[in-house]
Amino acid sequence: MTISIARPNDSPYYIGLDRVSEDPYHRLDNPNGIIQLGLFENRLCFDLIEKWLSENTKDSVMGRDDGDLSISGIAPYQPSDGLVEFKVAMADFMSQVMGRAVSFDPSQMVLTAGATPALEILCFCLADPGNAFLVPTPYYPGFDRDMKWRTGVELIPVHCRSTDNFIISITALDQAFNQTRKRGIKVRGILISNPSNPVGNLLPRETLYNLLDFAREKNIHIVSDEIFAGSMYGSEEFVSMAEILDMEDIDKNRIHIVYGLSKDLALPGFRVGVIYSFNESVLVAAKKLTRFSSISAPTQRLLISMVSDTRFIQEYIETNKKRIREMHDLFVEGLKQLGIKCAQSCAGLYCWADMSGLISSYSEKGELELWDKLLNIAKINVTPGSACHCIEPGWFRCCFTTLSQEDVVIVIERIRKVAETCKISS
Amino acid sequence: MMNKNQQNLLSKMATGNGHGENSPYFDGWKAYEDNPFHPTDNPHGVIQMGLAENQLSFDLVEEWVMKNPEASICTPEGVTDFRDIAIYQDYHGLTEFRYAVANFMEKVRGNRVRFDPDRIVMSGGATGAHEMTVFCLADPGDAFLVPTPYYPGFDRDLRWRTGAQLVPVVCERSNDFKVTREALEAAYKSAQEANIRVKGLLITNPSNPLGTILDRETLRMVVSFINEKSIHLVCDEIYAATVFTQPGFISIAEIIQEKEIECNHDLIHIVYSLSKDLGFPGFRVGIVYSYNNAVVSCCRKMSSFGLVSSQTQHLIASMLSDDDFVNKFIAGSANKLAARHKVFTEGLAKVGISCLQSNAGLFVWMDLHHLLKEQTFEAEMALWKVIIHEVKLNVSPGSSFHCSAPGWFRVCFANMDDQTMDVALTRIRAFAVQNNESSTTVPMKRQCWQKPQNNLRLSFKSRRMDDLVMTQCSMSPHSPLAQSPLVRARN
Repeated sequence: MTISIARPNDSPYYIGLDRVSEDPYHRLDNPNGIIQLGLFENRLCFDLIEKWLSENTKDSVMGRDDGDLSISGIAPYQPSDGLVEFKVAMADFMSQVMGRAVSFDPSQMVLTAGATPALEILCFCLADPGNAFLVPTPYYPGFDRDMKWRTGVELIPVHCRSTDNFIISITALDQAFNQTRKRGIKVRGILISNPSNPVGNLLPRETLYNLLDFAREKNIHIVSDEIFAGSMYGSEEFVSMAEILDMEDIDKNRIHIVYGLSKDLALPGFRVGVIYSFNESVLVAAKKLTRFSSISAPTQRLLISMVSDTRFIQEYIETNKKRIREMHDLFVEGLKQLGIKCAQSCAGLYCWADMSGLISSYSEKGELELWDKLLNIAKINVTPGSACHCIEPGWFRCCFTTLSQEDVVIVIERIRKVAETCKISS
Repeated sequence: MMNKNQQNLLSKMATGNGHGENSPYFDGWKAYEDNPFHPTDNPHGVIQMGLAENQLSFDLVEEWVMKNPEASICTPEGVTDFRDIAIYQDYHGLTEFRYAVANFMEKVRGNRVRFDPDRIVMSGGATGAHEMTVFCLADPGDAFLVPTPYYPGFDRDLRWRTGAQLVPVVCERSNDFKVTREALEAAYKSAQEANIRVKGLLITNPSNPLGTILDRETLRMVVSFINEKSIHLVCDEIYAATVFTQPGFISIAEIIQEKEIECNHDLIHIVYSLSKDLGFPGFRVGIVYSYNNAVVSCCRKMSSFGLVSSQTQHLIASMLSDDDFVNKFIAGSANKLAARHKVFTEGLAKVGISCLQSNAGLFVWMDLHHLLKEQTFEAEMALWKVIIHEVKLNVSPGSSFHCSAPGWFRVCFANMDDQTMDVALTRIRAFAVQNNESSTTVPMKRQCWQKPQNNLRLSFKSRRMDDLVMTQCSMSPHSPLAQSPLVRARN
C-alpha cells in the first residue's frame, strides 16, 4: 500500500509542526506554548488587505452575469487551469512583484491549487519514476514530499558551503550529475529556489547563466521556484530566470518557473500556485493535470479584483518589504547579541542562523539534540539544517514573520536560556 | 508536433495518452465548444447535454449568499475573519468546515447515519478525491473492479498518474444493468487469471450514467462480496442528494451499521463532493470519508496536493451549518429535479423514446437502440455523430461508458433553463419524426424544423409553432407526432 511511502513525517520539520499545533503559543491564552518559527506565515501586512477588502467588495463575492450578481459566475465548471482573467492578473502581478524587470505572458501560465501541486505536476511532466532532479542544499524540506512521494522521482542533493554563502557551484553540480549517472540514474533537471529557502539569498546573474549553460550541455530542465520573489527586503535586485531568458536567445524549452501567492501575498489558505513555462508541450500536459487540483472559482474571482489593483499591490509590496526588513533586523540583531550569526540574506521570511557554537558535537546528532532542546525547553519550533539536507551541522532556519516585536524579545530570551545551558555543558 | 529532442525532454506521462483526450468521445465536446448554443446569440448552436451539472437551484444559494455576506469574508461584514482564514493551510481543514460537511451528508441521508467530522478529508473536487483514494489503496498495476456502464472520467482519474487498472464488471440491459454477484465473481476471476491483483471495487450510487440507486439487497451483496475477497469498497455517493423520488437513497454507511451485516470497516470508503448535490463544481470541494484510520491519515497528508481554498471552506461551513437553508435546499432541489426529469422523459416518451426508469442523477439513460442501423457500437457512433452534428445536441454515447449493449445515450437535463430544455426537446422530437420516415430525404427535413428556432423564446408558444410547421411538411402516417396530444387538441 502506498501508505508505507508516507514516511516523510519522521522529519523534524513535520514533527515540529505537529508539536506546535498541539501546544501553540498565544501571548495571553498560552504564554508557555511553543512559538512557531518553522512555518512561513507572514502576518505582517494583513491590515492592508483587510482595508482593501472593506473598500472593495463589489463583485468579489460572486461572479457577475449580465450586470447582476449571480452565482452562475462562480459555481459551474471552470477551466481547470484557471480563469483567463486570473491568469492575466497573475501575469501582471508577477511582473510587478519582480520590479517590472520582466513581463509574463498569461498564455504560458497554468494555475493550480498552490505551489505544492504546481511542483508535483511539473515533476510528473518532466520525469519518469526513477529519474532524478539535482537540488542544491540546503533546501526546503517540503521538496522531499512534494517532488518524490507520488511521482517516484529521486532528489539528489548538491551540497553548498557557507564559505560560498551556500550558492551553488557548477563544479559541485557537475560532480553530482556524473555520480548520479554512474549509478544508472537519469538526471532530468535541476530544481533551484531563488530567492533561496532556507538561506534567503539570491542567485547572482552569473550563476543563473552558468546554470543555463549546464542545463543546455546536459540536455536537462531547470525548475526555478521563485515564490519568495516579492519578499525581498535587502537592497539587491531580484533577477528571475524569465529575465535572463528575455535577454538572451537561449533555448527556452527547458526552463520552468513556479510561483504562488502563499508568501508574497500571505494567502496560503487560498491555494494559488503558478506554473510558468516556455515549453508548449509542458504547458499542454500540465494543463490537463490541473484537473486534480484546480483553484476554487470564488477565490479566483476575489483575487482577480485584488491582484489587478496595481496601486494597492504597489503599496502592499513596499510596506511588506519594509516590515519584513524591520523584523529581520530586529531578530538578527537579537541573535547576534547571543553570539549567533546569520547567513547573509536579503529575501524570504526567515533567517539562516549558525548555532554550531551551541552544539555539543559537530554532527547531525549534535544538531538534533539542540533542536530538541529548543523545541522542548525553549519551546520554539525552528527547522534544523539536517531537515534541509545541509552538509554543515548547526544551521537553523528561523521564520520571524509570525511574530510581533514583543514576541521577538521573548524568543531571543528563550534561546538565550538554552544557549547558556549549552555553553555550560560543552 | 513535437520533435524528437522535445519528446526526449518530457516524461512518458506527459507525452502519453493517459489523459484520454484523444478519444473520439471528445468530438461532442469540441462540437459544442466550437458552436455553443445561446438562446439569442446562437440559437442554432450545439446544446450541451453532456455535462452533468446541477444548475436548477442556484437561486436558493444566491439568496443565502446575499443574506449572509460575512460568510464570504471578503465583505465588510466578514473581513474580521479574513486573516485567520487566509493564513490557514492546514491539511486537516477548518473544523467548522468538516462539521458542516458531516452535518450535510447526514441530512442527505435522512439522519439515519452519523458521520465523524474527523474522518472527513478534503481534496481537489471529486476528481482529486478519487485519484487520492486510489493512490492510498493501490500500487501501480493493481486493479479496481468497476461495474459498467461507468463514468468515463474514471479511466483517466483512477489510472493516469496512479498506474492502477480498471477491470469492468459487465452489467446487462436484460436486468436493467443491475450489479449481480455473478458479474462480480466473473470479473474478479478474469482479473486473477490475467495475474492482476484486485485491490477494490468501485461503485457509484446513485449511478452515473444510469440515474438509478442500488437497492438494499444489492448493497448487502456487494458488502458481502468485498468482505469475502478482502478487497476495498469505494462508494462514490456524489449524487446522493439528487434522488428526487422514491425509492429513497440508501448509503453504504447505513448498510455497514446493520446488525446482520458482518463487515470489516477498514475496507469501506466514501467519495463525495459538492459538485452535483449543491451544484458547485467550480468550488472544487472533494471529500474522502474513510472508516480506515490509516487511509484517513494517508489521504490527509496527500490532500496537500489539492486542498480546498480556505475561503471556500469558510463559506461552505457557514452555508451548510444553516439547518434552515440545508433543509430547504435538499427538498427544493429534489423537487426541481423531479419536475425537470418529468418534463424531459415525458417529452421523449411522446416520440417513442424511452429511458431507463430512474429516480436520481442529473441525466437520463436514453434508449435509442431502435434507431440504430444495426445493433453494433459502430452504428451507435454513427448515430451519435448525427445527433451532434445534425440534431446539434452534445449527448454521451453509451460506449464511452463501456456499456455492454449499443444504443444507449446519457443525456443531461439539469444544466439548462426551461427555455433551452424546450429547444432540445423540439430538436429531439423532430429528429425522431425524421427517423420514422424514409432516410433519403434528410436534407429537406432538416430545413423544416430548423426554421422556427429563431422564434423560440417562450416554451409553449414555440411548441405550438413547431407543430404547425411540422404538419405543413410531408409526414408519414406512421409518424408518432400524429399521436401527439397537442395535434389532437388542435383538431
